[in-house]
Amino acid sequence: MTEPNALLTLKHVTKRFPGVVAVDGVSLEVRPGEVHALLGENGAGKTTLVSLLYGLYPPDEGEIFWQGRRVRIRSPQEAIRLGIGLVPQHPLLVRAHTVLENLALGMPRGFLFPTRGLEARIAELTRHYGFRFDPHAPVWQLSEGEKQRVEIVRALLQGARLLVLDEPTSVLTPQEARELFKVIRRMRSEGEAVIFISHKLDEVLEVADRISVLRKGRLVGQVTRAEADKAELARMMVGRQVSFERRKPPARPGEVVLEIAEVHASSDRGLPALCGVDLRVRAGEILGLAGVAGSGQRELVEVVTGLRRPERGEVRVLGRAPWSRRRARIAHIPEDRRRQGVAGGLDLAENLILHDYGRSPFARGPLLDRRAVYAFAREQIARYRIDPPDPRTPARLLSGGNLQKLILARELHGEPPLIVAVHPTYGLDVGATELVHELLIEQSRGGAAVLLVSEDLDEVLALADRVAVIQGGRIVGEVDAEAADRERIGLWMAGVEA
Amino acid sequence: MRRIGPFLVEKDLVAPPGRVLAVSTAALVLAFLVAGLVFWAYGVSPWVAYRTIFVETLLSPSGFAEGVRRAIPLLLAGVGLVLAFRGQFWNIGAEGQLLLGAVAAAGVALFVPLPDPLKLPAMFLAGFAAGGLWAAAPALLKLRLGVNDVLTTLMLNYVAVYLVEWLIHGPWRGRTAFGFAYTDRFPDAAMLPLIPGTYVHWPTLLLALLLAGAAWFVLARTTWGYPVRVTGDNPEAARYARMPVFWVVFGVALASGGLAGLAGVGEVAGVHGRLLGAYQISLGYGYTAIIVAWLARGNPLGAVLTALFMGLVFASGDVMKIALQMPFRVTDVFNGLILFFLISTERLLYYRVRWAPARKER
Repeated sequence: MTEPNALLTLKHVTKRFPGVVAVDGVSLEVRPGEVHALLGENGAGKTTLVSLLYGLYPPDEGEIFWQGRRVRIRSPQEAIRLGIGLVPQHPLLVRAHTVLENLALGMPRGFLFPTRGLEARIAELTRHYGFRFDPHAPVWQLSEGEKQRVEIVRALLQGARLLVLDEPTSVLTPQEARELFKVIRRMRSEGEAVIFISHKLDEVLEVADRISVLRKGRLVGQVTRAEADKAELARMMVGRQVSFERRKPPARPGEVVLEIAEVHASSDRGLPALCGVDLRVRAGEILGLAGVAGSGQRELVEVVTGLRRPERGEVRVLGRAPWSRRRARIAHIPEDRRRQGVAGGLDLAENLILHDYGRSPFARGPLLDRRAVYAFAREQIARYRIDPPDPRTPARLLSGGNLQKLILARELHGEPPLIVAVHPTYGLDVGATELVHELLIEQSRGGAAVLLVSEDLDEVLALADRVAVIQGGRIVGEVDAEAADRERIGLWMAGVEA
Repeated sequence: MRRIGPFLVEKDLVAPPGRVLAVSTAALVLAFLVAGLVFWAYGVSPWVAYRTIFVETLLSPSGFAEGVRRAIPLLLAGVGLVLAFRGQFWNIGAEGQLLLGAVAAAGVALFVPLPDPLKLPAMFLAGFAAGGLWAAAPALLKLRLGVNDVLTTLMLNYVAVYLVEWLIHGPWRGRTAFGFAYTDRFPDAAMLPLIPGTYVHWPTLLLALLLAGAAWFVLARTTWGYPVRVTGDNPEAARYARMPVFWVVFGVALASGGLAGLAGVGEVAGVHGRLLGAYQISLGYGYTAIIVAWLARGNPLGAVLTALFMGLVFASGDVMKIALQMPFRVTDVFNGLILFFLISTERLLYYRVRWAPARKER
């Protein structure tokens, strides 16, 4: 069955983890010059399949062939040697080091001056593929999108002939995604192969030549681009029909909840990140903030949630500064839920009281009322259907979707007048995404002001009542979502037209 | 997942208590095995050495009491370090904080006129304050200027040693010391009572046990301990939740320095009765307390057991000196090996080993 011209062939590959079959008898082929999409919800087994290819663990059953020859990939080094490059979903970079040093890490170079000569090759690659980044910037200062670009460049530098992209667009703007698709097409035209993992139908349809759909570890369908049908793919993926429209009642904006006037702030690098931002969000409306990664969104969010003090200008939430002692309650759904949003070693119940641990009913004087804490947890777990439902589960064991439910349960508790949601559906499956969207709409229609920061323009357009675009630390455009024109927003994001 | 012989080794996200116990025990056994090599190289049969140590420390009441006496400073300083490590304050300076506690206690005992019943309480308070201040300086440097706390706490140990040496050679040298470098003897009211027949100064022991329990309670059950646990687990989340990270770190620094200071008070008021050379006051208790805290794995109550264990290791040093004519400092070899194996087996906690004989390959 092995096609002679296949670059990579999987035959009946199975991988079990305690209590779950993550990949269940999957067979597929990737040919040179082909973009092969793996489509599936979270937990469908996509990432496990990638880990098998990248030598992170061996399959329990089944065989892997590389150019017709049976291989056992025992380590990432072997995968790289074969020519398999992985761009992981969560970039694996040394935060304290520069981009250049990180790239030098994966390269077989001299013991001394490992970065020598690398810069020219990086410059060449970035020019060839049209990436933009500063090789001397330390990684901790980069946005998620920028880090991903570093990972792609790393794989290309290592001479990958098969590039595996694990959920690559979840951190990209439409423009960045389009750039990425250009890279992918260029690789394809040069006879290389790409495995493109995603749960976003539109981009899969845009970029893939062949589409394999995974559900619960099984391959449930395989189609070529020509025969692919969006609704059919969605049905295969989730096993039921899903609606793409978000139904939301019309907004009835009330008083101004968040007021930002002429705000200037610096980034962690000390560079100006916000250069005179003006923005207003009213009760009962969702303001979608679109923008290319690294345009000042992070600093704006930090200023609004009181984590960063602006150098100039005013920020008021219901008339009070968000960093003041008597600030209004602000719900903050953070950008990186695992790194910021929870203390992973503490259990579910303890993570639910992150803000309110000092208040009644959780505190009685200086004592924590554990009965109240766990009762509250059981209530929220039932309400948000968090799985596993045991309040004593350490938070780090939760899947992405359940972690987000935990954060939502905590942040939306107590009727916050302002909700700041940053990439709230990043990496979530269709079901969890739907839930997040419904909750945000419900909250806004219930009178909360919602600031939705997302690099997913589809999400912004589906949810927001108004769309503002941030570019270079300024709000360059603002428009009613009804009247929003995708192309125009894209130009704003790119800074082409002010 | 890897196959090693008939075993399957898998990564695991959680470390169940049973495995923690098994891995820690394995680390200790390895440390004892390697220490056995040292005995053997010294010309002492490891078998004889361990049997002697076992009999003389665990089966002899006086030997066991010696272990308990050594466990007192280890427990106080160890509980403090558990708190510090839980709050992300990397305090390597318990030794210096202990010495400062001893200095403060001696100062109060010798030079502050107080009614007798107030003497000991005042000494403990002064010791706590002095140890706490010795830790507060590095904490402030860390919090305000980002200075590495491991380095500053460690270096302050040497400052403390020379402070003690200067005091006993200079201004505080005793009139009755006849040229020796130590202070006068403390008045009786400044001495701690002992359990008869031993050197166990029981008020300090009681205080240490109470404080271990209190530290556990504060961490697990109060609104002061909660932000410490969050900060220790994920400082980024603490910042996100707008917790008072400054006060958390400063608080655990003060508490850990203070507890080490109390250990110093116990040593001078319970054992020596005067301030003397830094290496006579402390046998490196402040360093060994790091092992105590590490072994206790973040649980102040666990420190009760681990302090006793390390106290018995110290007591075995006496046995080795007297019964086997080995230098007391062999205990340092023990300590070093134990810490080495504990840290190097840390990663193993997150692997699960399953018995799964390989099926025949087709």
